Amino acid sequence: MKRSRLQLIVGIPIAGLFLGPILWVLWGSVRYGDGSFTFNNFSRLFEYGEGLTTYVINTLVVVLITVTGSLVVSLFAGYAFNRIKFKGSKILFIGILSILMVPHASLLIPLFIWLNKLHLGNSLIGLSFVMIMYQLPFSVFMMRNSFESVPKEIDEAAMIDGCGRLSIIFKVLLPAVRPGMITVGLFAFLAAWNEFITALILLNDGTKFTVPLMLVNLVRGDFGSIDFGALQAGIVISAAPCVALFFVLQKYFVGGFSAGAVKG
Amino acid sequence: MVVANPEALSVKHSMRRSRPNRGFRSTGMGWLFAAPAVVILLFFFIVPLGYSVVMSTKNWPLLGTDRPTNFPDNYIQLSDNELFMNSLLFTVKYTAIISIILLTLSLGLALLVQESKQGTSGILRTVYFLPVVTGLSTAALLFLGFLNPTVGPMTRILSFFGMEPDWLGTPNLALTSTVMMMTWRFAGFYMVIMLSGLQAIPQDIYESAAVDGANRINTFRYITAPLMKSTFSLCLILILTGGMVAFEQFYILTSGGPDNSTVTIVMTIFREAFSQFEMGSAAAMSVVLLIALVMMNVLQLRLVRKDESGETR
Repeated sequence: MKRSRLQLIVGIPIAGLFLGPILWVLWGSVRYGDGSFTFNNFSRLFEYGEGLTTYVINTLVVVLITVTGSLVVSLFAGYAFNRIKFKGSKILFIGILSILMVPHASLLIPLFIWLNKLHLGNSLIGLSFVMIMYQLPFSVFMMRNSFESVPKEIDEAAMIDGCGRLSIIFKVLLPAVRPGMITVGLFAFLAAWNEFITALILLNDGTKFTVPLMLVNLVRGDFGSIDFGALQAGIVISAAPCVALFFVLQKYFVGGFSAGAVKG
Repeated sequence: MVVANPEALSVKHSMRRSRPNRGFRSTGMGWLFAAPAVVILLFFFIVPLGYSVVMSTKNWPLLGTDRPTNFPDNYIQLSDNELFMNSLLFTVKYTAIISIILLTLSLGLALLVQESKQGTSGILRTVYFLPVVTGLSTAALLFLGFLNPTVGPMTRILSFFGMEPDWLGTPNLALTSTVMMMTWRFAGFYMVIMLSGLQAIPQDIYESAAVDGANRINTFRYITAPLMKSTFSLCLILILTGGMVAFEQFYILTSGGPDNSTVTIVMTIFREAFSQFEMGSAAAMSVVLLIALVMMNVLQLRLVRKDESGETR
């Protein structure tokens, strides 16, 4: 059988199975029980708990710190690992990669206690730092490879022109490693926007909850009945930025996943 | 000879400048630039990891400050802990099922759409990959509604055929539902990895096989399968690791029920810590899980390396 026919007979029905849940949630989010069109499901979210706005702002705070932190940390570390030969660099690199091997659950029990000692317990900043740590192996690996693809002659030429090391990084190298930075930022965004367990363990004050926590609270409903309309609207809100980023930054997605695959 | 004079070093360095791809040598500068990464690594990874090991040797209640050392009691008690052992068995069972399903399905999808990025193949690729971009907890919540007997369509559709399954009501169906959700969420991800493996196989091998008159099954068996071995084992290790630390999917879809039939190891760890308030024994469980995962990773890497060194290119 030719592949094109196989795609018609097998591929398209499977595609239907993959699309089904997505179409169902989109449809359900704008529908009343009787089938008429409504935005009421969305507006109910603004009245739930602390209100959707609070949860979105909380999540954006975590996203902002995680993305900025990951970019800064991995830009400098990537530069160090690729451009500078220093004692202990190998062991440091292995140390960073070893984060991948440790299950988050093993770190969360001690982090819960340790962050309290640092006065970062139950705080969005503490959560963000943990997210930066989760992203560290991917970010540093990505940036080290990005610098690798920029010829070192460029640094030397800039050095001869009298540029300092920092201005070389920011003025000369930064434009060249932009694709790497976008990939690091994209994956940091997705991780921070979607993180659930870490937020569940580290945050215990309802005013600090993030969007995923709000949605799960919605189904752990107080009186046993779940507001499915609001849930569907919430799922759409939570997935929308990720899907939008996917269509805008598609090539960075694939690049990031294949780099992630190599590192794994 | 040891060169103590830094100027002598820099002369040496500048003499070598014509050789490309040599970074400069400066231990102080290296650590300075790596410093932010070191701080994150130290404060949010190494210290908590050490903490975890220390906690596992103590009787450490969540509240209260009396934390006497009781090593190795926390570890010894694990084998008597029925909940832990049951969750271990369940997690292994779940991991085995999801590995088989995800590996076969994602390879099948990759073979189906490998031809081109355009046309039907391209659209199918995008559709299969779409669930991957949503968060895991979002995906689990979506299925919670999708499988719900009153609001979700699944029960209604199946009732046409005389079946009315209670998707999350029996142990087997709860596991099936979770596996379904995870397959939906992750098949596209592994498909992309498989695709990059398939694309690394040189096209002329296929051409010469076609000249020799090999049929599709033989081509797959003698060319594709052996050359995909390392991609396959990479996917396997990712799926195995993910399966052993499963938590969110069960926490949201089944809450470990019905009758504690879908409690995973990580769920047991969190219950021990935050419902039983036994931080010490929860830490011991997480150390055991950690050691198991590291051993699994190292073993797998060894096998892959050995394989690759035996390969002739």
